[in-house]
Amino acid sequence: MARMKFLCDAERCIACNGCVTACKQENDVPWGVNRRRVVTMNVGVPGERSISVACMHCSDAPCMAVCPVDCFYHTEEGVVLHDKDLCIGCGYCFYACPFGAPQFPQTGAFGVRGKMDKCTFCAGGPEPDGSEAEFKKYGRNRLSEGKLPACAEMCSTKALLGGDGETIADIYRDRVLRRGKGAEVWGWATAYKLPPAGAKPPAANGGTKS
Amino acid sequence: MSPIRSSFVVTLAAVAAFALAGCGERPQVVTYKQGTYQGKADTPPWSGAQWGGNKQQWDEAIHQRNQAQNEYKRIGG
Repeated sequence: MARMKFLCDAERCIACNGCVTACKQENDVPWGVNRRRVVTMNVGVPGERSISVACMHCSDAPCMAVCPVDCFYHTEEGVVLHDKDLCIGCGYCFYACPFGAPQFPQTGAFGVRGKMDKCTFCAGGPEPDGSEAEFKKYGRNRLSEGKLPACAEMCSTKALLGGDGETIADIYRDRVLRRGKGAEVWGWATAYKLPPAGAKPPAANGGTKS
Repeated sequence: MSPIRSSFVVTLAAVAAFALAGCGERPQVVTYKQGTYQGKADTPPWSGAQWGGNKQQWDEAIHQRNQAQNEYKRIGG
């Protein structure tokens, strides 16, 4: 069973914000709501790192634990979704989330704070798959089309990986083996670590030519 | 009681009953049960027309899509 997860390779992220743009465009996210954002640490200092952050679809989600109206649920694939018809916009989930994922539109029935909006892993919500109601409330349902989240598929450096946790972990492991370094890696030359001419890359799980 | 008067009484009673029906109260809030999802049921992504409930086919499509994120496989290592 696929267990959907995101993984961001901080050694590759170039803070281009392509993932943010892809998410906005794909889900028609309104101004002021950022389902995904790029955070850069130690800006301008050698060794600076950027990471793309959104809902991490926690297995034991704190937002789910604190919601007073129990509007969250886990799908069979491990995606954390919520029912906007039930959400009261209280903001408890925002305080509970370690990633700052829950977002609140500034207009709506609740005056200054509307119903919570967050990354859906491009899996829509509790409305008929691919329906207009689903798109308006939750955005596009790419999973039901056999596709992965737009942010990950659009990532130009493939820093952001999204999909089945086991598979993306294999891809990342293969990548780290090929570049031969761990978290100390910094810079294009090492992050991509092309093998010297004539040398064969190390054999790794899933890293063979297809 | 004259027929006109009795029909007036019947009409008045009908109108009163109709008007009072608007005062009827039905629950407008969800009864919350802590720890269990209270919203609408969702359907799995493979239940739509494209997959026709074939989860294995959907899994395979997702797996293929996943592999497209491995550039060593896409462009060759």
